[in-house]
Amino acid sequence: MRDTRGMKILRVVALTVLGLFVAIPLYAMVTTAIKPLADVQSSFSWWPSRITFQPFVDMWKTVPLASYFKNSLIVASCATVASVVIAIFAAYAISRWRFRGREGFRTVVLSTQMFPGVLFLLPLFIIFVNIDRMFGITLVGTPGGLVLTYLTFSLPFSIWMLSGYFDGIPTELDQAAKVDGCGPMGTLFRVLLPTARPGVVAVAIYAFMTAWSEVLFASVMTTQDNRTLSVGLRQYSTMTNVYWNQVMAASLLVSVPIVVAFLALQKSFVAGLTSGAVK
Amino acid sequence: MSAQRITAQRRPRPRGWWVPYVIIAPAAIMELVIHVIPMVTGFVISLLNLTRYHIRDWSSAPFAGLANFITALNISTPIGQGVLHSFGLSLAYTVCVVTLAWTFGMVAATVLQRPFRGRALWRTLFLVPYALPMYAGVITWNFMLQRDSGLVNHVLVDQLGLMGDRPFWLIGDNAFLSLVIVAVWRNWPFAFLMLMAGLQSIPADVYEAAAIDGASSWQQWRRITLPMLAPVNRVLLLVMSLWVFNDFNTPFVLFGDGQPASGDLISFHIYNASFLTWDFGLGSAMSVTLLLVLLAASLIYMRATSPKENRHA
Repeated sequence: MRDTRGMKILRVVALTVLGLFVAIPLYAMVTTAIKPLADVQSSFSWWPSRITFQPFVDMWKTVPLASYFKNSLIVASCATVASVVIAIFAAYAISRWRFRGREGFRTVVLSTQMFPGVLFLLPLFIIFVNIDRMFGITLVGTPGGLVLTYLTFSLPFSIWMLSGYFDGIPTELDQAAKVDGCGPMGTLFRVLLPTARPGVVAVAIYAFMTAWSEVLFASVMTTQDNRTLSVGLRQYSTMTNVYWNQVMAASLLVSVPIVVAFLALQKSFVAGLTSGAVK
Repeated sequence: MSAQRITAQRRPRPRGWWVPYVIIAPAAIMELVIHVIPMVTGFVISLLNLTRYHIRDWSSAPFAGLANFITALNISTPIGQGVLHSFGLSLAYTVCVVTLAWTFGMVAATVLQRPFRGRALWRTLFLVPYALPMYAGVITWNFMLQRDSGLVNHVLVDQLGLMGDRPFWLIGDNAFLSLVIVAVWRNWPFAFLMLMAGLQSIPADVYEAAAIDGASSWQQWRRITLPMLAPVNRVLLLVMSLWVFNDFNTPFVLFGDGQPASGDLISFHIYNASFLTWDFGLGSAMSVTLLLVLLAASLIYMRATSPKENRHA
């Protein structure tokens, strides 16, 4: 079937406008990251007066970027691993058992997703302070508190997406595994997980993105020693004399791995959303 | 009682009944500790006079009853006026951002529905703002909106000559406009992603049948695409509205410590009320009020948009 003329014109116009809207900031980020300092201190220019990779060298010295990087990496990796493991088991329970409290759990998990972060930021902060006081477990100013918080942030989406994936796997496979002598855990690890691997990877990417980008809780629950990238870069960009070329270089550096991973897996992501939406 | 026991003996629980409870327990405990308990605690704190003097031991904070709520909602005082102003601002922000983000997402998903050369490339480009760490995107916009060294003024003033003076974009009334543009940039790919996923579940032969019947592209979109996407739109609009209404990150990163009044969204306002003055009782009262308003709005929305055949079921 051929597209009509009107449709073709609409497509060209829409793609051009949206394309520019999306691409101009990306272009500004990339070209600014390779400008010498003099270029970003005067009026904006579309192209560097000379291309330099000095910002990528200098940025490590201007702020403790390496430390931010390390902290973000620790927090995001721990949160991702924990979140994915917990979500796999919860999604397995929801997909394969009809147990009491199943609907209640689903409702609570999905609805918490929608409430303002500030609502539980305050109480959580106070709870963490009091846990420290009563049990001596320090959660404010250590990676632990952020790991616990972030892994919970990505749980709802991960459980929703993975249970959608598991629902798409015929229960006949479970039966066959049972006949072959697999218990519930054997079935999960030998049958469901290998089939749902794209879903698991997509969920992991999502969990990592969530933890890597979070600003609000990180700004309250970290101190100078365990600052994460989000808070560190925000401070960096609001200083009185900003080295924009270095800020853009740092932004580029923290973005590229995540963007590449997400785009490489966008197919599984869309498939996961569709399986969730169909239900 | 004995009858119950007999029933229990007659119908023993199936083997392994406890398995789902055990494997769901970690998720349930985490939800409880990070979401449910803090929410309940928030309600309790909103009834206390919890200031910096009691933060280490909040059981010593004096009970305040509804005083915090009265302070937060009394619009004849500066505090109440601030809350009302931020609430109205967030409402306007939500309407602008969700409308634009949904429209952009819908247009992009529609024009990319059918295969053509380069389609995958466009789709990939459009998803980049979503994949980008939120602060990296917003910091880039912050740079672009700088008065003297930014791209926006360079184009508007130096290249197109549309404005004589270089306007400020991050302070004053323009800040609201900047906030909306940045939020649309960040949020529309999510609408696009969801709508694209929704469009994939519409079978192609429906369109073919309509085309044979002589339906134009517009009619096909109006009569097939839109109704078939209704379930996706119902959830998408609700989720996006709640996220945008609660948005904290965009003003927090975009304005830094500048905090223009025209960008003082409600989450940002509550954060400042709580963590700058350390009056957690008042901040919690604002949060709880906000939660109740959002809850009521969501329930009304879900009822009003529920498919008719289910409404009486």
